[in-house]
Amino acid sequence: MSLTYHLQVVNLLAALLLLIAFAMLSQRRIVALITLLAWQGVALAASTAIVAWSTGQHHLYGSAALTVLLKVIVIPWYFFRLVRRLEMDREVEPMINVPTTMLIGIALVIFAFNLALPIAQMAGTVTRSTLGIALASVLLAFLMMITRSKAMPQVIGFLAMENGLFFAATSATYGMPMVVELGVALDVLVALFVLGIFFFHIRETFDSLDLKHMEKLKER
Amino acid sequence: MTAGILLQLAQTLLALLLAPLLVGWVNQCRAWMLGRSAPPLLQPYHTLRKLLHKDVVLAHDATSLFRFAPHIVFACMALAAGIVPTLANDLPFSPAADVIALVGLLALARVFLALAAMDVGTAFGSLGARREMLIAFLAEPALLMVFFTASLISQSTELPHIVERLAHQEFALYPSMAFAAVAFWMLSTAENARIPVDNPTTHLELTMIHEAMILEYSGRHLALIEWAVALKLFTYSALGIALFLPWGIAPRGDWAALPLALLVLVAKLMLGGAALALLETLSAKMRLFRAPEFLGTAFLLAVLGMLVHFLLEV
Repeated sequence: MSLTYHLQVVNLLAALLLLIAFAMLSQRRIVALITLLAWQGVALAASTAIVAWSTGQHHLYGSAALTVLLKVIVIPWYFFRLVRRLEMDREVEPMINVPTTMLIGIALVIFAFNLALPIAQMAGTVTRSTLGIALASVLLAFLMMITRSKAMPQVIGFLAMENGLFFAATSATYGMPMVVELGVALDVLVALFVLGIFFFHIRETFDSLDLKHMEKLKER
Repeated sequence: MTAGILLQLAQTLLALLLAPLLVGWVNQCRAWMLGRSAPPLLQPYHTLRKLLHKDVVLAHDATSLFRFAPHIVFACMALAAGIVPTLANDLPFSPAADVIALVGLLALARVFLALAAMDVGTAFGSLGARREMLIAFLAEPALLMVFFTASLISQSTELPHIVERLAHQEFALYPSMAFAAVAFWMLSTAENARIPVDNPTTHLELTMIHEAMILEYSGRHLALIEWAVALKLFTYSALGIALFLPWGIAPRGDWAALPLALLVLVAKLMLGGAALALLETLSAKMRLFRAPEFLGTAFLLAVLGMLVHFLLEV
């Protein structure tokens, strides 16, 4: 193993990203989920900044700053406000129990690692070995969206998935062009506000944020 | 070889002497953080002395197993504490006494404690023994996985080799060890009957795990068990230090580094004890039926550590 120290730090942060993804999978409380999402943003921004510093890709500094601003400050703040307004700080039981979810998660991680190995060999970046972790966090966030029935954890899962994709872009190709990144960031922000409005509408119509109620369609 | 045996003896003696002090330190930190007035630092020694002078009260139905068990538990823990390199790396018995033997020793002590708890036939004793076994059978494979992650890095199951690889060769960050560290922390709280899983200071029998097993013990038997519990905490702390913070342990044949190693060890133990007290104050005891989930998470984290090792470090 002959990696330079900053790359080792990037690897460590990648492992942290995966750890947080697993913590989200096992977390029942919404407030703790939001905090974990913010920490995932911190890990993501730190790893992006270190990759930028070690490879001289200056546009990555921009995306790291964007990550801090959006995913560590604005989105968690907006979510905390939503939680207070909607008064939903309660434990939510996932649809599949937590140990089973974690076992499925481990299987997904093995799948992602195996899938990423041949792809990573084609990438020319120094951080390519973290591609497997990025893929695994995307799949884990997807699993979280599937196993939760409440609207809020699903949106948090969606954002965690976006974090994973962002990390994949950084590790495979040193990030997307700045225009694309800005576009994605704007998309996420807009989607978030639209979903926030949806939350209120869902609750007004069904008296709860449980999306199971939306499975049956009927005219009133 | 003789030097190695001397060091081995010195380390075991140090563990025997320091273990109650560590417990006293953790109790003191906890009392401070809870805003209570702290018991004296040397309180565990006073308790041990008091218990050693008291007469033993035995139940009518107690068999000889009940009387032997504390001695076996104490011997196992003393041996386990001796296996872990705390001061120096030069342990002559390490080829036989590796991490797998260590897990076996801990299991042996646990089996005898559980058997002794069921021996008298009280309700609380068997309740505690069953709970202890429930936690143990989930924690043990996870503990092995944590050790295997370290073994994969150092290509050896001997603790001195692991320490040598991690501390005395070129410094490297191991992401897999980060996972193993979190898993190890969860396991050591469960195995040492600390707060998220069990409350060491509880007086409510229905929530007890470890305390329920030793309710029937008194006098010098209880003293041996209390000492063994302190040794277990010391062993786990020393293991945590050896696996995740090994810098400062004297390398093979370096006698001059020993005094510094002792100082570093005491400093690390103080920090670790304070951290344990802090985390215990911050968290609440979970329901017993959440414990399998907690330990399952620890197991998965340890497995994840191994997977990450293959992805990032090979």
